[in-house]
Parts: sequence; C-alpha cells; structure tokens
Amino acid sequence: MINKYVPSASTFAPDIDNLILLILAIVGFWFLLAEFVFFGLILKFKEEPGRKAQYVSGEKPEEKKWVSIPHYATLVFDVIIVVMAVKVWHTVKIEMPDAEKENVANVRIIAQQWAWTFVHPGLDGKLDTEDDIATVDELHVQEGQTYVFELTSRDVLHSFSVPVFRLKQDAIPGRIVKGWFKPTMTGQYDIQCTEICGIGHGIMPARILIESPEKHEAWMKATPPTRSAPIDFIATEQPLEDGKVGALNPATPDAALARNGLNNNGEDTP
Amino acid sequence: MMRPIATTRSATGIPTGKLAVWWLIASEIVIFGGVLGGYIMHRLGHPDWAHQAIHTNTWAGAFNTFVLLTSSLAAVLAHQAAEHGDGKKAAKMLYLTVVGGLVFLVVKSFEWSHEIHAGYTITSNTFWSFYYTAAGIHGIHVIVGMIIMLFIAADAAKGKELQRVENVGLYWHFVDIVWIFLFPLLYIAK
Amino acid sequence: MSAATETHGHAGHGHDAHHDEGFIKKYLWSTDHKMIGFQYLFTGILMAVIGGFTVYAFRMQQAFPGTHIPGFGRVTATDYNALVTTHGSVMVFWVAMPVLIAALGNYLIPLMIGCDDMVFPRLNRLSYQIFLLSSVVLVASFFVEGGAFGGAWTSYPPLSAKAEYSLTGTGSSLWLTAVALEFAAFLMGGINFVTTVMNSRAPGMRMFDVPMVVWMIVIASILFMASVGPLVAGAIMLLFDQQLGTGFFDPAKGGDPILWQHLFWFFGHPEVYVVLLPAMGIVAEIITVFSRKKLFGYKTVLYTAIGTGVLSFFVWAHHQFVAGIDPRMANVFSVTTLLISIPVAEMIFVYIGTLYGGSVKLNTPMLWALSFIAEFLLGGVTGIFLGASGADVYFHDTYFVVAHFHYTFFPIAFIGAFAAITYWFPKMFGREMNDTWGKVHFWGTIIPFNGIFIPLFLLGARGDHRRIYDYRHFPDLMKAGMQDLRVFATVCLLVLLAFQVVFLVNLFYSLVRGKKASANPWNANTLEWAAPSPPPHGNFPEGLPNCYRGPYEYSHPDRAEDFWPQHVKGA
Repeated sequence: MINKYVPSASTFAPDIDNLILLILAIVGFWFLLAEFVFFGLILKFKEEPGRKAQYVSGEKPEEKKWVSIPHYATLVFDVIIVVMAVKVWHTVKIEMPDAEKENVANVRIIAQQWAWTFVHPGLDGKLDTEDDIATVDELHVQEGQTYVFELTSRDVLHSFSVPVFRLKQDAIPGRIVKGWFKPTMTGQYDIQCTEICGIGHGIMPARILIESPEKHEAWMKATPPTRSAPIDFIATEQPLEDGKVGALNPATPDAALARNGLNNNGEDTP
Repeated sequence: MMRPIATTRSATGIPTGKLAVWWLIASEIVIFGGVLGGYIMHRLGHPDWAHQAIHTNTWAGAFNTFVLLTSSLAAVLAHQAAEHGDGKKAAKMLYLTVVGGLVFLVVKSFEWSHEIHAGYTITSNTFWSFYYTAAGIHGIHVIVGMIIMLFIAADAAKGKELQRVENVGLYWHFVDIVWIFLFPLLYIAK
Repeated sequence: MSAATETHGHAGHGHDAHHDEGFIKKYLWSTDHKMIGFQYLFTGILMAVIGGFTVYAFRMQQAFPGTHIPGFGRVTATDYNALVTTHGSVMVFWVAMPVLIAALGNYLIPLMIGCDDMVFPRLNRLSYQIFLLSSVVLVASFFVEGGAFGGAWTSYPPLSAKAEYSLTGTGSSLWLTAVALEFAAFLMGGINFVTTVMNSRAPGMRMFDVPMVVWMIVIASILFMASVGPLVAGAIMLLFDQQLGTGFFDPAKGGDPILWQHLFWFFGHPEVYVVLLPAMGIVAEIITVFSRKKLFGYKTVLYTAIGTGVLSFFVWAHHQFVAGIDPRMANVFSVTTLLISIPVAEMIFVYIGTLYGGSVKLNTPMLWALSFIAEFLLGGVTGIFLGASGADVYFHDTYFVVAHFHYTFFPIAFIGAFAAITYWFPKMFGREMNDTWGKVHFWGTIIPFNGIFIPLFLLGARGDHRRIYDYRHFPDLMKAGMQDLRVFATVCLLVLLAFQVVFLVNLFYSLVRGKKASANPWNANTLEWAAPSPPPHGNFPEGLPNCYRGPYEYSHPDRAEDFWPQHVKGA
C-alpha cells in the first residue's frame, strides 16, 4: 500500500510493508469499533426529560467483562504484532549477510555537516584499495548485489535513510555502525538525513542510483578512482585532491552551506 | 503568615514536614543516580581511567568520610535533644554538624586546588569531568544543607519549630549516604 | 501547636486581615493556591500564544517555501530550526505542564480535598517564581547573538554541546538553563501536591473517595519526580560540555552521545504520562458529571494509571530503535512498548463504559471531554506502528511520528485544558462562560485539527521527514499531490488559530462581564462545588467540610436528586 507511492526497492522492503499492513488491519479494526461504540453510546444515552441515568459501578463481574474482554483481546493482538515486528527487525537489523556464503560488497558512508561521502569499493570489490571511488552526495549501487555498509559521522549525529529501501540508521561520530541492504529494482531515489544536524539539515539530500550490473560496471570503469576515504577521521583527515568543496575536505559548515546556496544564517544567497 | 489549617492535618500519621523531606530525598536519589549511573557506565567502558583515578587523594577522601559520619552523629544527637524539648542543646548539636560540613568543604578545597594545580582539571579527562561534577553537585548539597541547618538551629535555640531538627537531619544523612557512594566510586576504584 | 484556635482564626477572622491587600500582595506575591494557580494558567496561555506563533511561521514556510511570511518575514534555515525547537519545548514544558499540572493542581487540590491551602504556601509561591524565571530565560534566548537554540526539543549532542556545530552557543545554554529551572519549579510543586494530598484530606475522605483528577495529578507528580533526576544530571553534564569544554558526550574526549539520549528519554517517556494522566483525570471529572453516572470502575482506572506509570519507565528506548543501540535491546523495548498500550487502552474503555446508561448532556465542557477520547484513540493506535520496531525503521523521524504525537499531545494539552477551563471557570471566577461561543470554538478547533494532522500521516508515510525547512530539495517529496497536502494542512492550521481568538475573547469577556455563577451550577458532587464561586481566601467560609462518600455518586437509586455531594451527611 505504501509501495503505491514509494517504490519497494530492497529485499526487506516488502516485509516492512506487510508488517505495516498487518498493523493497519488490526488497529484499524479496533479503532473503528471503539469509535463506533463510543459514538453509539453518546447517541443512545443522550439526556431525555424524565429518564434518570443508571447507577453502575463497573465493579461487578458482568459489568467488568465489557472492559476485560477488550483488554485481553488487545493483549492477544499486541502479541501477534510484536512477534511479526521482531521477525522483521531481525531481518533488517540483526542478521548480517554472511560474506562466506554470498557475494557481499562493502560501502562506506560518512555523514557530515552538511554532505554525504560515499566510498565505493571499485572494480576489485574491496574497500581501502587503490581503485576505491569516493563521491559526494551520490551513492551508486548495483541491483541484485548485497551490500554491507559502514556508517559514521564526522561531527554530529546524522541518520542515513533510504525510503525506497525502508532503511534508516543513525550515524554516530566516533563509531562505525554496520547495516545491510540488497536493491531489487533500478532507478534513482532520494537519500535523506533523518536526524537533525544543524542549520543545513534540510540541505543535505543525496541520491541513490541503483544500476543494472552492466551500467554499474560501466560507471566504475568510467569514474577515476579517488584515494579511499579512511573511516577514522579523528586521526587522519585526507582532503580530496581536486579541491572540490565537500566531505573529506576539512570543510567548514560555511563552505558546505555555500555549496548549497546558503549563507551562514541559513538564508538563501541570491 | 498564618499557617493554613491544611498544615495541621495528618491523614497518614506522618508529620507533613517529614513527608516532604522524604519526597525531596526520593527525587534527589534519582538525580544522583543519574550522575553516578552515567559515571559507572563510562568507567566500565574506559579501563584506562584507572590511570587518572590513581591521582585522587584517598586519605583526604577517607578523612572526609569520617568527618561526614561524625557530623551525622551530631545531627542524630540534635534530634534526640529536640525530641526531649531541649532546643538549646539541639541547636548546639546542629552547629557542630555545620562545623563538620565546614571541615569537609575545607579539606575538599585543599584537595581540589592541589589537583587543579597538578593539571587535573575538569576538562583534562572525562574521568575528572565526572569527578568534579559529581563531587561538585554533592558539595552544593552540603552547602545548602549547612545554610538551612543554621536557620533551623537559630529557631531551635529559641525553642521554636523543633520538629524541623529531625527533618534537616534526615536531609543531612542523605547527603552523607551519597558521599558513602561517591567515595568508593571516585577514590577507591583505582 | 494550637490547632483549635487556628481553625477558627483562619476561617473566621483570618481573612479580615487580607481585605486591604495591595495589588502586588494579592496578585503578584500571593501564597494563596488559587492565585498561584491563576499565575501558572495565564503564563501558560501566554506561552501557548508563542508556541502557536512558532508553528504558524514554520508551517507557512513549508506550505509556501521561500516566501515572505506575514508577521515574520523570510524563514531561513536557521529560523526554521529555532522555530521548530521553540514550538516543541514551549508546548511541552511551558504550556502542557503548567496548565494541566501546576495551574489545575494548585487550584483544585486544596478545594477538592476540602482544605484551605497547600501545606507549603511559600514554597508554592517560590515554585511559580522559578517557573516564571524559566519562561523569561527561554524568551531571552530568542534575542541573544546567534539566536534561539535550534537543535530540537530533544537537544541531542554533539550538535547541542558545541557552538561550532549548533552556531547558537549562548542560545543553547539559555535553553538548557530554562529547562533546568522549569524542572526545579515542578519538583518543588510536586512535593507540595503529594504531601498535601497524603496528609490534608478532609476528615472521612478515604483513598477511594479522592476525586480522580487529584489522584492523577499526584501520580503524575510522583512520576515526574522519579524520572527527571537522570535528566537533571544530564543537563548539568551538557551545560558543562557547552560552557566548560568537558567531553561527557564528545566521542573525541571519551564521551558518548548516546548517553544523553538514554538520560533524556528515560525522563522523556514517563513525561508523556506525566501530562496524560492529569488530562485523563480532567476527562473523568467531566464525563461523570455530564452523564450523571459513576465512573465505570474507579479502582480499575486508578490501578491502570499506576500500572501505566510504572511501565512507562521500561519503554524509553523505543525512541532510539535506529539510534545505534544494540539491536537486540530493541526487541525488549518493542515488547514493553506494545504492552503499555494495554493499561492505557483499558482506561479509555472504562471511560467509554461510563457513558453506558447515562444521561448525556452535550454542553461545551462535555464536548471537549468526549472529543479527548475520540481523538486520543487515534493517537494511541498510531503509536503501535512506532512501537513495533520493524515498522519504526520506516516511520522514525517522519511526519507520521509528528501526527501520532499530535493526536496524543493536542488532546492532552489543549482539549484537556479547554475542557478544564470551560468546566471550572464558574468556580474560578464566579461567572459563566458563554456556552454558544464555547461550542463555536469547539467545532472551529476540532474540525481543522483533524484537517491538519490526517494529511501529516499520509505525508509521513510517503517519506516527509522531520525538521526540513524546504522539501523542494528532495525530488521524491515533490511528487504530485504532496505539496497540496502540505498546503491543506497549513490552511487548516490558520483556521484553527483563528478560532482560538473566539476562546480568548470568550474567556476574557466572561471574566469581567459574564453572568454570575452559583456555587454549584453543574450539580456536581466534588468538594470544590461546596465552596462559594469564587472561593474566598481560606476556601470554605463556613468551615472545612467533612467527606461522607465517594466522588461519583450520581443517579443513586435511593435518592430523588441525581447527585449526592461528598460533604452532605448521609440521608
């Protein structure tokens, strides 16, 4: 249902969508029933001249059951939902792909105020080698390929979110958080930062380009390798050699804002 | 100001002032719990902090523990005197408690000036950040307690509001107990 | 202590001494719980105007990005973050809490338990003064260099800890100080409330004779006192990071940003129940009176409220599912979070059950109380999407969350407040509010309210994430229909804000020109209605009442009248 508006582009996106649908069905039913009973009672028992209200304490068993039965039903449905939710959570966040069993590519994602650096492993499929490709604000991935990402931040908390994957993970400075995804359809989609990170939080959109195997290989061949961006920024900062303002340069927030057409009051520059 | 009738009632049987102090202590426990909980979590993750903790003055800490315990004894004696209606003695014992607090603070100031002089400041390492913050918050509670105690002692000497002697004593014991937790965490864990 | 003479002294002659109180002593330096309640109420209303203005400005920016907003100007990216931060902080700390807990708690508790004031009137006065100071400090932060803090009401470090990241060095510390002062004020107030209710109840008022709203405010105060401590500690640590350069939350100095999140949400989650319970208490008082029925299961409501409070300490990390906590912890918190829906749902079921067999009168207070139930239900069920960890991965930090918490918070802070004010106005001011204009205000608020937030559920599900000042930078969020939804929601907001003028006019006009009210215009049972409207200093000029029965003895079969006040001796 969400996929009517937001494509479902990863292997676990349908699982998440189905969970959401299940929850919608269950809570939707209960919500409508409760509202129906609620409004029904108001209408049925509107004051009328001559009719006195009943004296009901709600403590007698035959009265209590009207609350107890919905109470236990809520419990049962909560359990169903929680079991499904934990299953989905397991798939997305706890089970990591096994590099021994399948072909896993690694990608490094570094968030900063206010840009994203993506380090791709290049044709050899390994990070921290000569042919790594570092890009700013553009993540290139291949459809059908399993990726494990290493996520970190240079400064404050950010969050890496790809709505079409139904994926989200906060980026924490000083830590590397791992996750995974496997794209299932090609296309170009938004990457969002989903943790407020300063005045430029709204101007660090990025794009994910999910390419067919041929196109992806062609892109890697056509793109000159850049020196790999090391994960440990606190110890070693290595600027991009082409001088382009962006992540990896010891760029100031001002510079990143300027790149997006804002001055340091967050105002659009003419 | 005329006291409201509300203050004369006691549906629980516990005097209102004492009840209030217990609730105050309960909320303070959670505050100190937060500080110390944060410290413990950090300390567990940073075994290297032991190198910093070595530089705390365990003898000063131990002496201060003894001082606070003794001052709490004085507070107990003050309570006893108040129970017997002896406001003057209660006041004397409270003044002794305050002296204990003063000694504690003086020792602490020597400790801290020595440590700061040696370069262990609040920003030099996160261990020291916790050290000064936790002991500092505790110290503020000691100072506030002393000030309130002086007011209550002044009243008690005139035979007034003797029930407050016990209440301020309760608060002082709490401050003492917080120190009993701080001392091993900051001084003994090395 | 000569209790006997004091009884007569205060109720009989004491208040003579107050007849020539100056303006300052009566209105600004009072220790009378009713006046302090009004101070909190009107400060809260003023802060609500500020909170409303902030949302006006940032929603207009969302709907018409880059344009000049009337009354504000161009909303820059910096402005946007500061507006959003101010909106959230003000509404939670400076509107919901002061109005529901401090104003109503102060006003109602001594009256409803049949005594003449709180047990610590001077502490009460001090707590308001500290609260007032906190509001002043917050407003001051708008005018310092760098402007107001813009790191969201959750203030996560490292953004909030370092001026080089937030670009609002002074504003951040002022915000933090304002919050800390507000906490101190409410800790003091809480001690007053709890002690007064525990000890100063009317003779004969047993535990289960206490009106539900009093219970709820007491439980809320205890919850607050038990949960805010770690955040006070955290706030001191954050302040030191900001001003002294310590590294409690700085990974480069051995600190941990996630520690702040735990400290914040350990408080933050019980906090929502701190504000929910008083609102539910208000609803209980009103629906019993205007359905002329006992509360359907007083003990059930009480025990589930306590159970909810206890459980609320075990759910906090559902705000941190994707924050980088151990993913296995997320399972635990998902389970506890879904479990907490059960006692809350049970309370709602009991309230619905109270209507059964009733004689329902749909005046303004009742309309508000009933709409609380209808609207809060939607807030509650949408919380399930967020508590289920597997679904939260998608919804976290989207407008779905915003819509969820507005369907809970708006009923709590605004519907609850309007219900309380329209219900207790006659008692507070000795005059009646106009019921017709009250209904105009009601419909003019409820309908647009839904018009604002239903679109936000849809937008959140389609990918709109939070705290974004201009969606035009995100191609996937400018698809057909999405901007229309944003504009529609904003237009509904304008309508809702416009109708609040009706309320303010009704309120202030009725204060001076409203029809005089009797002591008990609603034929209610609880003790405040035994006092004159408005009650004088000392509350009960004929002597403090005793209590002979529970608070909801409506439509008793052995009685001709359909109500049986608590202070009236048994037939």
